[in-house]
Amino acid sequence: MTQINVNVDGADYSDDVEPRMLLVHYLRERLGKTGTVVGCDTSNCGACTVHLDGRSVKSCNMLAVQADGHEVTTIEGLATNGELHAVQQAFHECHALQCGFCTPGMIMQSVDLLNDNPKPSEDEIRAGLEGNLCRCTGYHNIVKAVQSASGAVTSGGGRS
Amino acid sequence: MTVTEERPAGPGKEIGSARRRKEDQRLITGRTKFTDNIQLTGMLHLAMVRSPFAHATITSIDTTEAKASKNVVAVLTGADVAEEQGALPCAWPITPDQKSQPHPSIAVDRVAFAGEIVAVIVARSAAEARDAADMVDVDYDELPAALDLRKAAVDSADTVLAHPDLGTNRSAFWQFDSADAGTGSSVDDAIRDAEVTIEREYRQQRLIPAFMEPRSTVVDPTGEQLVMWSATQVPHILRLMLAMTLGISESKVRVIAPDVGGGFGGKLQVTPEEVITLLAARRTGKPCKYTETRSESLMAAHHGRDQWQRLTLTAKKDGTVTGLKVDLLADMGAYLGLVTPGVPILGAFMYNAIYKFPAYQFSCTNIFTNKTWTDAYRGAGRPEATFAIERLMDELAAELGVDPLEIREKNWIKHEEFPFATVAGLEYDSGNYEAATAKAKEMFGYDELRAEQKQRRESKDPVQLGIGVSTFTEMCGLAPSRVLGSLSYGAGGWEHASIRMLPTGKVEVVTGVSAHGQGHETAWSQIVADRLGIPFEDIEVLHGDTQISHKGLDTYGSRSLVVGGEAVVKAADKVIEKAKPIAAHLLEASADDLEFKDGRFGVKGTDKGMGLGEIALAVFAAHNLPDGVEPSLDSDATFDPVNFNYPHGTHLCALEIDTETGGIKMRKYVCVDDIGNIVNPLIVAGQVHGGLVQGIAQALWEEAVHDESGTLVSASFVDYLVPTAADTISFDIDHTTTPATTNTLGTKGVGEAGTIASTPCVVNAVVDALRPFGVNDVQMPCTPERVWKAINSSSPKGDDPTEAEAQPHFDAEGGVA
Repeated sequence: MTQINVNVDGADYSDDVEPRMLLVHYLRERLGKTGTVVGCDTSNCGACTVHLDGRSVKSCNMLAVQADGHEVTTIEGLATNGELHAVQQAFHECHALQCGFCTPGMIMQSVDLLNDNPKPSEDEIRAGLEGNLCRCTGYHNIVKAVQSASGAVTSGGGRS
Repeated sequence: MTVTEERPAGPGKEIGSARRRKEDQRLITGRTKFTDNIQLTGMLHLAMVRSPFAHATITSIDTTEAKASKNVVAVLTGADVAEEQGALPCAWPITPDQKSQPHPSIAVDRVAFAGEIVAVIVARSAAEARDAADMVDVDYDELPAALDLRKAAVDSADTVLAHPDLGTNRSAFWQFDSADAGTGSSVDDAIRDAEVTIEREYRQQRLIPAFMEPRSTVVDPTGEQLVMWSATQVPHILRLMLAMTLGISESKVRVIAPDVGGGFGGKLQVTPEEVITLLAARRTGKPCKYTETRSESLMAAHHGRDQWQRLTLTAKKDGTVTGLKVDLLADMGAYLGLVTPGVPILGAFMYNAIYKFPAYQFSCTNIFTNKTWTDAYRGAGRPEATFAIERLMDELAAELGVDPLEIREKNWIKHEEFPFATVAGLEYDSGNYEAATAKAKEMFGYDELRAEQKQRRESKDPVQLGIGVSTFTEMCGLAPSRVLGSLSYGAGGWEHASIRMLPTGKVEVVTGVSAHGQGHETAWSQIVADRLGIPFEDIEVLHGDTQISHKGLDTYGSRSLVVGGEAVVKAADKVIEKAKPIAAHLLEASADDLEFKDGRFGVKGTDKGMGLGEIALAVFAAHNLPDGVEPSLDSDATFDPVNFNYPHGTHLCALEIDTETGGIKMRKYVCVDDIGNIVNPLIVAGQVHGGLVQGIAQALWEEAVHDESGTLVSASFVDYLVPTAADTISFDIDHTTTPATTNTLGTKGVGEAGTIASTPCVVNAVVDALRPFGVNDVQMPCTPERVWKAINSSSPKGDDPTEAEAQPHFDAEGGVA
């Protein structure tokens, strides 16, 4: 067991974890952050995407111990003071989700994409979301949502 | 947390408005209830030991080391549960003499596909269960495996058998013949007299539904009932089947489908993993959870499609089709799942599509192989049918040198000919193929793109343009119970709904369908809001728990709105009916003088009236009701449709093909679908977009590939190519509207339309681009390699690199050998 100290969605946590425990399992099973989900075992699907110090990472592709001393933002910490993040709002407005399983990861990746490139072209959006799979929407409305949010996103997503 | 909602246009105007979904709030904030999120006190975790062999005898299983592993509570083998596990159900024996092999949840003495479960670890954590799974020592005697569908279909002494005890790989033969049925003439006469004959053999490759949420099951055995949460499309069917196959009283089983992350037919099943989790929970007395890995999901959750189609289309020289003969081999895989045998049969009535063919014959032989069993996947039978006929119509057009839309128009049912009795014995209620096609052509810029294509051909541009056409229809809204009965399906196709009028004026709508992404909570609220005049926000839609929604047949086959939505309408009408005499009593008026409008009973010719909410409160109090009237407005309805319904549409696709590399780039995709009246255009667009991409993925990318020993080599998302955002484009979609006549809302199903239509549209575009090279087919998925080889091969069928034993073209007389 290794002790880690992590800030997740604004709260500090101190836990003993098995060295082999993945970050996503730590978030889900130890902290109850079940908003972040697991969709594959090869880091292809991106459903588990969270932010580590403000940048998107696939939390199935990282050990919990690697998050020691870092800040993690999950889908559950994206809204601030009861206000949805612009990307969350845009996903709702544009019907960019159906079953919603890929949605947490897709939103977290979209926020990261817009942080990097606030006014992306359609091609840039599509390339930027390539690491996140969705089986329901055909991506059409996800692309629209990111385009729509790009008009509204002015600063870094997630917690400030 | 609030989201701003645009206000509806006014009372009675919810249907048709692009309501943002009620479901979204929890899904975009991570406040979800997927099955794997559930943790119960003392919960145990399962891991499966799966066969690496496609076909083998189990000679011994040594679980000693696994049992001694840290925190392992139990290890179960097939022998341990042989007396209690029963056999997994198949609800659709298509013929009385259908051959089938009992399907145990845990294999007992033989495995019949790679991935079949041979032992189960129950441990205190998922990781410890996984660790112990690696310690189970199973000895196998490998047996020859039946892997090639066409070889497996041959009955001869040296045919490798998937199940040696059956003595054949042939499960069933099913035929429809229009001459025998009296719905048309003889197809053999049509072939004899044909002026033009098109014969083709098409491959429907094996696909994997690949829903995003891996399947997960939790069973809590504490308390009076066994409670199962499962990532399922069919909680009601699952409960019934668990009771029937395990001998548990149905009233002692409660199934809950909480948030479910997609299904596409892939969660229309009663799975070994569900049964095993229940058995483990019952044995240990503790809550148990099993969540599959993605590799397990791709390997062992049921697959879809996998057919060879032998097709003969006959026509006159003027392009009038005179007959169609369809002869299928359908791969069942190793076992018959819930509706496995019926999937190809769902296509039987659709090969004639939108056309007026005088003669038609459909034959299907269901074959066992040592692969994962196949079952429903989005469209189930109808994509295969649509692919075949839409590819053939293009081939006929090419043969006669006319535009593919022209040949279709020559043969399709004209809008004034509805209702139309088809050669397959169905009655199409409504449609307008001319209108949808005209609109699609205009949106697409059909003539301009044809001109560009001509120019590129003439200039021998290395980048050629292909234009694909698909004018599809489908039968959906499964289904009229009598029809299902005539097809030997084990259940009916009705749907149930209840409406509960709460004293505060809020409304609970209980539906028997089970959404897993479709947006029923929103759409059903819109329907009830209009019908009862209750605000959209005051309506709560409840589903997916057999103790709340006690009756239903769940979600698949584009049935939820057209069957389940109609049940909701009928229940709402009963509420109004029950409220009326009470309103009359309270208003001291005659019931005949009341009219119900916008949620209010008004006395005609006066301003006196009473809202439904006020009546609900008065009914709750029950202080002043008419004599003999029960104090309840709550109402139930069960709706059984009299017919399927028949969405249709025209899809057009433009592709650029780099003839030097075989690379394909989609440039434009237009579709105009007629799905009758639309309840929520936003949700409809989502269904169409997602459906299109699944169909396009069959055409271009996806295939479950097995190696020569029967191992699935595309068992991860590295190898099974679910498309990404970077692979796809934005679509131009629109609608024409001819309301269905078999439900009061005039709606038609939309869940499967995109998938059914788009596959042939894309392959037609690929072949269209390559016709100048003498190519008339490219096998799916049309990979750059296959396209390049087709261009650079002398064979008109293109060159198929993965089917070394592909047979030469079949002769006209040959049935399936």
